[in-house]
Amino acid sequence: MDPNTPRTTPRKSATFDDYTLSEIRRAATTGIYDIRGAGAKRKLPHFDDLLFLGASISRYPLEGYREKCGTNVVLGTRFAKKPIELKIPITIAGMSFGSLSAQAKEALGNGATIAGTSTTTGDGGMTPEERGHSKTLVYQYLPSRYGMNPDDLRRADAIEVVVGQGAKPGGGGMLLGQKISDRVAQMRCLPKGIDQRSACRHPDWTGPDDLEIKLHELREITNWEKPIYIKVGGARPYYDTALAVKSGADVVVVDGMQGGTAATQEVFIEHVGQPTLACIRPAVQALQDLGMHRKVQLIVSGGIRNGADVAKALALGADAVSIGTAALVALGDNDPHLEEEYQKLGTTAGAYDDWHEGRDPAGITTQNPELAKRLDPKIAGRRLANYLKVMTLEAQTIARACGKNHVHNLEPEDLVALTVEAAAMAQVPLAGTSWIPGKGGY
Amino acid sequence: MAPRNALARKSNEQHMIEIDLEKEGVRGVNSRLHTLPKDTNERHWLIRNPMGQHAIACGLDAPITVEVGGHAGFYCGGMNKQAEILIHGHAGPGVAENMMSGIVRVDGNASQSAGATGNGGLLVIKGDAASRCGISMKGIDIVVGGSVGHMSAFMAQRGHLVVCGDAGEALGDSIYEARLYVRGKVDSLGADCIEKKMTDHHLAKLARLLDKAEIKANPKDFRRFGSARKLYNFNIDHADAY
Repeated sequence: MDPNTPRTTPRKSATFDDYTLSEIRRAATTGIYDIRGAGAKRKLPHFDDLLFLGASISRYPLEGYREKCGTNVVLGTRFAKKPIELKIPITIAGMSFGSLSAQAKEALGNGATIAGTSTTTGDGGMTPEERGHSKTLVYQYLPSRYGMNPDDLRRADAIEVVVGQGAKPGGGGMLLGQKISDRVAQMRCLPKGIDQRSACRHPDWTGPDDLEIKLHELREITNWEKPIYIKVGGARPYYDTALAVKSGADVVVVDGMQGGTAATQEVFIEHVGQPTLACIRPAVQALQDLGMHRKVQLIVSGGIRNGADVAKALALGADAVSIGTAALVALGDNDPHLEEEYQKLGTTAGAYDDWHEGRDPAGITTQNPELAKRLDPKIAGRRLANYLKVMTLEAQTIARACGKNHVHNLEPEDLVALTVEAAAMAQVPLAGTSWIPGKGGY
Repeated sequence: MAPRNALARKSNEQHMIEIDLEKEGVRGVNSRLHTLPKDTNERHWLIRNPMGQHAIACGLDAPITVEVGGHAGFYCGGMNKQAEILIHGHAGPGVAENMMSGIVRVDGNASQSAGATGNGGLLVIKGDAASRCGISMKGIDIVVGGSVGHMSAFMAQRGHLVVCGDAGEALGDSIYEARLYVRGKVDSLGADCIEKKMTDHHLAKLARLLDKAEIKANPKDFRRFGSARKLYNFNIDHADAY
């Protein structure tokens, strides 16, 4: 070809982009699907697609820093003799000892306690450190029942029956052998070093009728004192919420697909479930249809990052939110000061998600004692508490601007959407219009 | 199964304390059993009129004997610690689920998921057990006088399951370190479950279990099954086993 002939610029495929090509090569080389931690990374309709309107002539704002704006929340008012009261509507999601180091679990307990909220065990049982450092501790009741025992059940402040999680609704779990230390193995009654599978279904109940009986048993064992949550992944939020209520839940937790996991297949994380934003209104609708909104509390999780996200979730009808990934970042996960070490692991700060491998330089998602001791539970706990307090202040700032004296008084009418998709999912008007997709025959 | 009048006679002989579940309800019965002081002299109880109710005598944590005078529903003896629970009838799903210690004996048959996730203690089912008997068991010993249904000992981690009759399909699927003994036929074995050699050590252990369960059977008539341990660490070339 004549070198003077103009050439078109080389163009890469939008379908076969660089990430896709690298994944094909990785799969062809290893023969195994990609496993990672965290939640969906693809761009999804999210809280950023919503805006608060704030006060104007038709709405009367509250004075910032002077007029009170409440943030407390009471969970478990339906059946439990001892509902739990939290100072802030932001809780710490369930994350297991095993997937996280003992130091990280202690830090979560420290931070949550300073901030006046709860933390949650995970698929591996309750550690004494965790119980000792958590004023309010929610004990997860999972299909694997690793570490489950009646003493810890009674030591808990609330019980969360996990039916599913947003990163993998319908899926179980797998804690790879490299993270199975002596202590983790002992707590789970399995040999050290082998992969530990967590079942996707509970072993002794099937369906909502059985679940109702299971909840009855748990209440009997705990003298009807503990609030019982039911956690579902963001699959069919209307029906799952309705059935959780039917089963006798005190609290329903709905976890969207941005919610994190310790480890599962990339294809599962990115292609199963619904965005958090799409889950809230159907869940609230189910509660309203049953006359149980605010009687059975709703906790929303999956991609909550700041006080604006908190305020938006509450405005859409949630009673509280829960954070996992963001809490780990507050502790020190994916921090740029560890960039050199992330590079050695073939990644970069902000993208590290091989939490299942146990090589976390931040000492959080590891059972390696040398790495784990890098995390100071007191300092990390203080960082988490600071972060929780900032989020709360941010949510209060927005609520006051909308004229609300409690964050729970935020409502959908305070919101507009920036995109048609977000307007449809959140069922609020597209900004600058009165149009809510799907309403009024449009 | 002990007839009602036999239970009454026994009640008088052993000074059992009788509770009428029909009058006191499950909450009333469990509340009384849960609040017994550690050094109680009230060590033998009879629950009359269980009526197949759920969660009877669950969460006990005392060295007492509790007799259930009839059929029980779901989760009877669930999460039991220390107590001896005798069910003079059939038991619903999840009998003795997640038991920690003690003994639960079922005179009749048990429904699905008997002894699920149990950590310790002994569960004896004189009749048959339905599907998923011993699912995810973590150290419990289960002795079944009759047969067990499909998917029994699924993901069984630790402990022993003794089946004096037959076992249904996919016995011991994805089993870890639990040991299974079956006297009758096995419809099929699940993933990673294989027959293993019965040594003198195993025969002696099985004899002790049968003796403790008060079931007469010759250990030499049983076969032993356990994990091939090929699925303990993921290998893509074993993917067709899942």
